[in-house]
Amino acid sequence: MLTKRIVPCLDIKDGRTVKGVNFVDLRDAGNPVELAKQYAELGADELVFLDISATQERRRTMHDMVLKVAEQINIPFTVGGGISSVEDVDDLLHCGADKVSINSSAVKRPELINEISQKFGSQCVVVAIDAKKIGEEWIVHLAGGTIPTEIRLFEWAMEVEERGAGEILFTSMNHDGTKAGFANGALAKLSELVNIPIIASGGAGTIQHFADTFIKGKADAALAASVFHFGEIPIIELKKELRKQNIEVRL
Amino acid sequence: MDLRIVNYGAGNIKSIQFAFQRLGFNAVLTFDADEILKADKVIFPGVGEASSAMKMLKKSGLDGLIPKLKQPVLGICLGMQLMCNYTEEGDTNGLGIFHTDVKRFSNKVKVPQMGWNTVKNLKSDLFKNIDEGDYMYLVHSYYAENCKESIATSDYEIEYASALENDNFFGVQFHPEKSGKAGARLLQNFLEL
Repeated sequence: MLTKRIVPCLDIKDGRTVKGVNFVDLRDAGNPVELAKQYAELGADELVFLDISATQERRRTMHDMVLKVAEQINIPFTVGGGISSVEDVDDLLHCGADKVSINSSAVKRPELINEISQKFGSQCVVVAIDAKKIGEEWIVHLAGGTIPTEIRLFEWAMEVEERGAGEILFTSMNHDGTKAGFANGALAKLSELVNIPIIASGGAGTIQHFADTFIKGKADAALAASVFHFGEIPIIELKKELRKQNIEVRL
Repeated sequence: MDLRIVNYGAGNIKSIQFAFQRLGFNAVLTFDADEILKADKVIFPGVGEASSAMKMLKKSGLDGLIPKLKQPVLGICLGMQLMCNYTEEGDTNGLGIFHTDVKRFSNKVKVPQMGWNTVKNLKSDLFKNIDEGDYMYLVHSYYAENCKESIATSDYEIEYASALENDNFFGVQFHPEKSGKAGARLLQNFLEL
């Protein structure tokens, strides 16, 4: 059977990992390549690298990093941040990235999703959606959740599928950073509305949160950062517990 | 060893090159017919859409060359699917090396299948020291129907052929270059054939 996926997310600034990491003895915890290798060894199913740098040099720095990661690790990885054209995607895939994640650029110009999926296949297009629940409505936000749009989450999700997205990475801004669990209600609704895989993001704090998002939230994969980076939840322990709860995982 | 990756413009082949590099082998990208003919082993990759990939093969004459190769050939993902008789994707005739058809998963399951799935009913030396139930990484919307050339099967909606073998030709639906230790083992086995 197809397994549920556990996906650590690394924030990258100027070619270095941003948040402190102290789950293993690394010579250089800021080195994304070393960290990626460790995660691959420790049972991560996939990795996401999110580039948050805003310098002129970002493209070159990111390419160098992607090349080095692809050279070293033997699990798939996604690269996101600052991707706004087919050329950007072409460059990253040629450096060895498996998928790219687009967010604001897709909201600003939705045709970008069609262009990427037609040229490279939908399997490499992850559309990241940040949304916040305001009253009874889930509203899509930009720029890390700071700028609200007029777009509703569920309508946008159906549109991105229609345009050729291969996967949706949904982050609930209400849950992100709370460590109180994922947005399982919205996630389950997303899974019913679209027929592409959904990655849950935002809110991971305990092992049970992951189990809940797979069962109640019907998520296909779960993404988290700090609980993995600070060793609060070792991936192996997490997967053993998920398997105990009859959730299919790769061990 | 002269190891060649057929480069007909199909997707992320850097990762395949890197995977062989990790095993200590230099795999060279080529679309030159003579180089492919002379190679000891040939990798036939593929990511993207079937009908346009087939057009590129025809344009370079590789559609005639590949079925005639005598050395071990390994098709990966779409590469494997193009080695079959026919694929529903873009209503495309394949190279006819594997005698099975490629169909689309129905919407009863999420499409594409994306992630790690188990391989079972392992039959070939290609799977030496790989266990029944080991996990491989897959991303695909179309699958090869189970047939007597299957050397591995996986379950997603139905049981389908996740690897095929006919004489010197091998095909895998999963991405061995992205499938951790089990995937690396399979590539090593291919090199040792």
